Amino acid sequence: MSATVVDDLPDTRPSVWQAVWKFCRRQPLGTFGLVLVIIIAIAGATAELIAPYNPTANDFAAMTEAPSWEHWLGTDQFGRDMLSRIVFGARTALIVGLTSAAVGGFAGLVVGVSSAYFGGMIDLIIQRLSDIVMAFPLIIMALAVVSIFGPGVHNVIIAITIPLIPRCSRVVRASALTVRSMPYIDAARACGFGATRIILRHMAPNVVAPFLIMVTSFVGQAILAEASLSYLGLGVQEPVPAWGLMLQGGAEEYASTAPWIAIFPGLAIMLAVLGINLFGDALRDALDPKLRER
Amino acid sequence: MGAWFLRTGLAALLAVGLASAPRAETPKRGGILTYLIPADGGPSLDGHKETTYAVLHATAPFYSVLVRVNPDNPASTTDFVCDLCTEMPKPTDHGLTYTFKIRTGVKFHDGTPLTAHDVAASWRRIVFPPPGVSSARQNNFVMVDKIEDPDDTTFIIKLKFDTLSFMPALADPYAYIYSKAILDKDQHWYEKNIMGSGPFKFLRFDVGQSIEGERNPDYYHPGQPYLDGFKAIFAPKESVRLDAIRSDRAALEFRSMPPSARDQLVAALGDKITVQESDWNCGNVLTPNNAKPPFDDVRVRKALFLAIDQWHGAQALSKIAVVHTVGGIVFPGSPFAATKEELEKLPGYWPDIEKARAEARRLLKESGHEGLTFEMLNRNVSQPYGIVGTWLVDEFSKVGMHVTQHVVPTGPWLDAMRKGDFAVALEANCQNVVNPIADSGRYLPHDLYPENFAYHQDPVQVEIYNKMLHETDPLKARALMREFENQTIGVGAHQLMVTWWYRIVPMRSYVRGWKTSPSHYLNQDLANIWLDK
Repeated sequence: MSATVVDDLPDTRPSVWQAVWKFCRRQPLGTFGLVLVIIIAIAGATAELIAPYNPTANDFAAMTEAPSWEHWLGTDQFGRDMLSRIVFGARTALIVGLTSAAVGGFAGLVVGVSSAYFGGMIDLIIQRLSDIVMAFPLIIMALAVVSIFGPGVHNVIIAITIPLIPRCSRVVRASALTVRSMPYIDAARACGFGATRIILRHMAPNVVAPFLIMVTSFVGQAILAEASLSYLGLGVQEPVPAWGLMLQGGAEEYASTAPWIAIFPGLAIMLAVLGINLFGDALRDALDPKLRER
Repeated sequence: MGAWFLRTGLAALLAVGLASAPRAETPKRGGILTYLIPADGGPSLDGHKETTYAVLHATAPFYSVLVRVNPDNPASTTDFVCDLCTEMPKPTDHGLTYTFKIRTGVKFHDGTPLTAHDVAASWRRIVFPPPGVSSARQNNFVMVDKIEDPDDTTFIIKLKFDTLSFMPALADPYAYIYSKAILDKDQHWYEKNIMGSGPFKFLRFDVGQSIEGERNPDYYHPGQPYLDGFKAIFAPKESVRLDAIRSDRAALEFRSMPPSARDQLVAALGDKITVQESDWNCGNVLTPNNAKPPFDDVRVRKALFLAIDQWHGAQALSKIAVVHTVGGIVFPGSPFAATKEELEKLPGYWPDIEKARAEARRLLKESGHEGLTFEMLNRNVSQPYGIVGTWLVDEFSKVGMHVTQHVVPTGPWLDAMRKGDFAVALEANCQNVVNPIADSGRYLPHDLYPENFAYHQDPVQVEIYNKMLHETDPLKARALMREFENQTIGVGAHQLMVTWWYRIVPMRSYVRGWKTSPSHYLNQDLANIWLDK
């Protein structure tokens, strides 16, 4: 009987495709951003297949060649194909951006929810430590970390991840404080569940909306930070293709004689960050109940 | 023998490739020369102690030296002339005693007379530094036994053994003549103060900003200096220096600019810019850590060298970096340098690069290191370390090696090499006066030459070097140099010279009288410079 009643109820939840279509219709700029991100992600993931040349192979017969049919975006001072380096550079940017954002975000989620859940002295200590880390701008903190650990992809990821943790935890904690006073948390405690289970199973899923928005914005910040560190010579090292590094090698020396060496990596950074930011803004609008109804 | 040296010396002069000898002109007097020093400044002002050009470019105009490279022929590697002495001495006592007569009437800038006693006190400080005093080039004078100053005008150096490396070592541009009276009071006074007898008197020094000098009216070379004074501005950033020259805020920098900067200045300023170029007594050195596996295996080290196509690489890199000439361990313009035919027998110089790389692959396979992966330590200085490093990584990949770069600032770079904490390092060998025998001493094992970071042991190499150091016949010394080079690069594969640097000095065309040289340490007292304004 009861099963029949349930079966008779109409399913009002939209399918995934309907949700995507709704998002695209309501957030055209966000959709544009998402398309940019997808294009960059596909380029990075399939770099070996789509890059026309080996991105690290020098070709002294084609040094600083202007854009042409052979080299669509020209070549750099070593004769390396700019398009191939930008395509492979997308991989570096995404590896650093996604890893830093994911690790920093997840760590921030756990720290933020734990801080809210335990409260008291633990909360106080965590928040003051966060204050200390957040007192430094992201790039300064990352510079300090790279100075300690040295340059390279892995160290750059660590350098960018560390300052992202308190930034995420602070936002997550604010949401988690509300969740903590919900009756179902009290119920979970009454059932005798441990702190880990309550934090991960009951509290964390309920602060996912601000978390996702933060993580999305972190990807853009991380890509910019990676490019900045590489530009300063502290990030990934030659001959690894990376957008910031490409700017470092060419921007100053060849700005007037071979401007494409500086223009195209700069454009790649701009489009990637723009795409992620537009998508992040749209995601916030879509997930925030207050903004959603406008 | 003399004719041979004259011939090779002349050939070397041509090979150095000076653009052209400027036509004789009557120098004009007056004006202030503003030039740039591509550095923040030196650790101290004491030339005896320091090794950086940042100190020399700031202080050389204030000082005299005993002997110098001929300022009218600084490209020569064998033309030495007197500065404070009156005549280049002929050695006596089987080449063991050099007696110099010192000019009379020379005054320090404080008005006190300069005598042979000041010369002797300065040279004693360089060769036999007292406790607590650091002398950067003390090792260049292992042949010196005694320094004597029997009267006001006589200065004598007695040697333990005769060697061809003595006279070039004596022309060290850092060997400033200081006042004995000041040194007797305080051996460290010159670290923070300036008082010499050179063409310019000290006027002002703003630490990290600029240094200024004014004409010394009592200078002993007749008619010189031509300038009323100079102002040297410290400017470590290349773009700043480029803009300063472009806008005529400064006339030049004496070290070197990369080809792209030269091209930009020439394109922007046309005939208002003159460019002097020269092979440079500096070059990059590829140093595998001979004490650390897998580079403790000579086959792996040889494979490393064989992978590199220097002949084509140097030609291409010269368009984007301050490198140009392929050479062995001796400056390519020197009569002691290897010919192309001699070089081509060594790993790293084979003319058939495909054959060389096939041999490299064979050696890697034989040693069990196919597809070798390692990290190359490099310095975070773009010109030319960064560019040469990037090129080398690609060269190594052509024999299946997977190489990444570990690029760090100068401090950690030196620190890692001094601790032996690296697999392969890209470093540099930069000398002032071309002194092939003394300069090649840097390839000796670490326990004999502490700044050699190959950490190898090679008694045969040391034995050859000692023979060469004591050899006074230039032809025999040259033959020994080939043996030493073969032992260093060929047999032991301890280190490899990868492309010699190239000095490119774009300057405002109104700067006259100055001639480039194989070293940015030479010919920097500004006495012969004048402004055609």
